[in-house]
Amino acid sequence: MAFDKTEVEKVAQLARLHISHTEKDEVTGRITDILALIDQMQSVDTDAVAPLAHPLDITQRLREDDVTESNRRDELQQLAPEVDEGLYLVPKVIE
Amino acid sequence: MIEKTVAELSGSLSRGDISSVELTQAYLDRINQYNSTLNAFVTVCEESALTQAAQADTARADGLTSPLLGIPLAHKDIFCTSGIKTSCGSKMLHNFIAPYDATVVSRFNDAGAVMLGKTNMDEFAMGSSNETSYFGPVKNPWDTDRVPGGSSGGSAAAIAADLCAMATGTDTGGSIRQPAAFCGITGLKPSYGRISRWGMIAFASSLDQAGPICKSAEDAALMLNAMAGLDTKDSTCADVPVEDYTADLNNSLQGLRIGIPRQHFAEGLSPEVEQAVREALGVYEKLGAQLIDIDLPNNHLSVSAYYVVAPAEASANLSRFDGVRYGYRCDNPVDLEDMYKRSRSEGFGDEVKRRIMVGTYALSAGFYDAYYRKAQKIRRLIKQDFNAAFQQVDIIIGPTSPHTAFTLGAKTDPVAMYLEDIYTIAVNLAGLPGMSVPAGLADGLPVGMHLVASDFAESLLLNVAHQFQLNTDWHRLRATAFEEGH
Repeated sequence: MAFDKTEVEKVAQLARLHISHTEKDEVTGRITDILALIDQMQSVDTDAVAPLAHPLDITQRLREDDVTESNRRDELQQLAPEVDEGLYLVPKVIE
Repeated sequence: MIEKTVAELSGSLSRGDISSVELTQAYLDRINQYNSTLNAFVTVCEESALTQAAQADTARADGLTSPLLGIPLAHKDIFCTSGIKTSCGSKMLHNFIAPYDATVVSRFNDAGAVMLGKTNMDEFAMGSSNETSYFGPVKNPWDTDRVPGGSSGGSAAAIAADLCAMATGTDTGGSIRQPAAFCGITGLKPSYGRISRWGMIAFASSLDQAGPICKSAEDAALMLNAMAGLDTKDSTCADVPVEDYTADLNNSLQGLRIGIPRQHFAEGLSPEVEQAVREALGVYEKLGAQLIDIDLPNNHLSVSAYYVVAPAEASANLSRFDGVRYGYRCDNPVDLEDMYKRSRSEGFGDEVKRRIMVGTYALSAGFYDAYYRKAQKIRRLIKQDFNAAFQQVDIIIGPTSPHTAFTLGAKTDPVAMYLEDIYTIAVNLAGLPGMSVPAGLADGLPVGMHLVASDFAESLLLNVAHQFQLNTDWHRLRATAFEEGH
């Protein structure tokens, strides 16, 4: 699977990253090298092997749907770049 | 005093030879003296440390005893600390003041430990040399032109230079064990789920595990006693009873079956490192252990599988950094899309962006089966290799890293850097406990010996490491420039 500059643009868009024109060649090259390393695993036949999603091969615990968190909105919003009257502000979305 | 182990300091404190305030001040003085050279700490909490130390002394005077009471420690800057900056080595979080304590942090607070500060690390724990930190690389105390290893490089260097008595780290592919090896100290990655991940900034959720970075196996046991156990806030935390990890330290190793993986002594291993590890194995033979050659036939696929699983999980975990609720936001965004993209591109470093891209690609439409699902299948093969090996042997021992600490700036190729973790990564994929202990020197630099046990067999692992340290002095060795009084 060839990974070219078009793929870089597509993946950067999916990941919401900006890759400048000057970086594009280097990023493409580096990721191509990493994918070559990854592709070594294609040499093994795993048709009969079940995927292992969790190292202990167990499922997650469930708990009662109880409220355990208190309302800390004011405190947490102090961490935000821009807030107003309890709302997070972002650039205008709708004209 | 500052070079002593936690176990020894605990004795000194309880006898009244020294107070926690005096001890804390001694480490703060060391940090003042050496941190500009080593860059091991990104935040030092002088005032709150001395307050905690005074509280520990008062508690002791009131009759409280606990092995960690009044012992100064450092937390890797990946653990959230209430009211104290938690940067994860990234510009993205350079201004992030955590609104709560990680479970690991709370547990050390409850045990009466004194937090000296937060240690430097590779950005979002992605790196094997500590060179990806936004706050600059950490230097190796054994040779300040060399890397301390990564990603828990700050904690490892702080222990090696006696800037603290104990430290925390996290290990996703070797990030506790490899820096422990490079810095000549002791590091333990427990079984997946042994310690709560709550409040530990996520990199790869099915691999990340916190653990002790310290001066001896006995100290690792004391720290694990405080850290381990079920936490309902982390749904992946294991509901497995916590043992007293010091209880088995003195068990005899007579008849212990040690597996020597052929694949860990193959091409690529430095002859000097091999010699040191072989000599260490000789110590075990003298103690009555039996050495058995074993195979881990799929070990060579571990790095490939890891570089699908870890970036895929990282790309999902790091999608939360969007410049809206916390963390870095770019200046003057023209629209929402521009804000997301530039905040993330300016806030993340190159290695983090590379891994997000690889993970996004691996999870994108049409590639899931070829990459993520394939990697999970390889993961099962690797786990099966270990299961088969543990039918034959009690413990597996080899080198932690193929060579000793390398020079800063020497590895610019990401793939070469990824192969640094060739002996450690499989252990994370399989969720097993692993440990690195100092096993000698090669050209004046520390060599780490890697020990791996079966699921939740931390007591055996610590026992085997402790017996080695009772019969050798490698863990006591310090770089001359950082010996006390130098």
